[in-house]
Amino acid sequence: MMLIPCPFCGPRTESEFAYGGPVRPPRPDPATTAEADWVGWLTEVPNPLGPVEERWCHLRGCGSWLTLWRDTRTHAIVGGPQDAE
Amino acid sequence: MQRYSLLSLLRHGLNRHTTWAPAWRSPPLRERYDVIVIGAGGHGLATAYYLTKEHGITDIAVLESGWLGGGNIARNTVTIRSNYMRDASIPFYVKSVALYEQMTRELNFNTMHSRRGMIDVIQTWGMMRDRRRRQHIMDLHGSTYEQITTAELRRRIPALTGGGAEARLPILGGFIHPEAAVNRHDAVAWAYARAIDAMGGEIHQQTPVTQLMRGPDGRIAGVVTPRGVIRAPKVAVAVSGHTTTLTETAGLRLPLRTMNLTAFVSEPVQPLIDVIVNCPDAGFYLSQSDKGELVIGGAPDPGQSFRRDIKQTVFEDTVSAMLSLFPAFKGLKMLRQWGGHLDIAHDASPIQDETDVPGLFVTAGWWGGYKAIPAGGLTLAHLVATGRPHPLMAPFSIKRFRHLDYVMESGTTTAR
Repeated sequence: MMLIPCPFCGPRTESEFAYGGPVRPPRPDPATTAEADWVGWLTEVPNPLGPVEERWCHLRGCGSWLTLWRDTRTHAIVGGPQDAE
Repeated sequence: MQRYSLLSLLRHGLNRHTTWAPAWRSPPLRERYDVIVIGAGGHGLATAYYLTKEHGITDIAVLESGWLGGGNIARNTVTIRSNYMRDASIPFYVKSVALYEQMTRELNFNTMHSRRGMIDVIQTWGMMRDRRRRQHIMDLHGSTYEQITTAELRRRIPALTGGGAEARLPILGGFIHPEAAVNRHDAVAWAYARAIDAMGGEIHQQTPVTQLMRGPDGRIAGVVTPRGVIRAPKVAVAVSGHTTTLTETAGLRLPLRTMNLTAFVSEPVQPLIDVIVNCPDAGFYLSQSDKGELVIGGAPDPGQSFRRDIKQTVFEDTVSAMLSLFPAFKGLKMLRQWGGHLDIAHDASPIQDETDVPGLFVTAGWWGGYKAIPAGGLTLAHLVATGRPHPLMAPFSIKRFRHLDYVMESGTTTAR
């Protein structure tokens, strides 16, 4: 069971949250992007053995959206690369 | 290959079973093969089998990181069926079910195939329309769905006592898919391994591939393992959830995400349910094994996952869904749980193709790939041997993403 840190309610149990999908890079302009890169942005997400960045929504709570890094091997919520600085 | 028969059982029995030959060898690992298949799971073994049987290629090494039959072929719910949605999918799964039905005879190994049918319990009109639509498409391609009334549904599944008029979602009716079957997953792995070995192929357990090697011309050159470098002009990746982990070592990106799909079994009870029961609206499915255990599955974990155990939230959701239709199961004790990490493509259909790295083949995205094992091996062997996709697999090339020509599949998971 994960305890997810809601920005409004504090740490709450995972069953109150809905998964919102992986975080993608900003949407490129399809008119000026090479076709392979555009299809890549549409269909590919990072699939590492390790931390992924993803969105969660506190659906059965306050309704806030949040972004977190989660380790795909353990489901532990971990610090993201930008937090290491 | 020593054939298994009543006579051989008698003969070896008289010798107190001390004279059986090993079912497959453990030959020394060589430095070069014609074809390397990564992963001795169902798809890898089936591919090696058909490479020899259909195309006469015998210089094959199947490399397995763990032990034979210890991956996802042991981490599923052995449901064999062909009730899919898309014109591209159904003929492939019809072929796979047919190959499963002849497997015991073909491989001289009892896979305990039990064609018992699957019944969908329908509780919403949206799902009813979905099943009717599937019924019409399946009629075109030689697979069967038949609608049955709620009374007939309850006659066939006496343990189904929930979902009455007072329930939140009363049962509206059912659909039966008579071709659905279960069998013995270990037997499938062992039968293929024995047949491959008898025809000259090699299976190397405890040989994890850590990296794919490309030659100076960009072609695949071989693989790196802790037991040394092994070279081959053709390498097929059949490793389920770890597909992207491996292909990234060759600089490839694939539209795959790895998910954890879990199941659990109850204590053994008396024969109670003789069909596979699928409840897409409630969100679970179950069947009873020959040992009497109820094998129960539900939804995948939210988000990507390489964990191989069940989450408490998923377990609770599945159990409460099951109790809404089978309240008598409240007293059942659960014995084991497990998860398998499997990859799902962007459009939930499989990917089987030669990649941008010449000579490197992938078979991936087999969400619920157990039912696809024989046909998936048949088609991949065809592709590896001839360089052309098998007609049954042609719609599932990796190039479909380049044209945004998705095969959106809704029949992939059982409980949906």
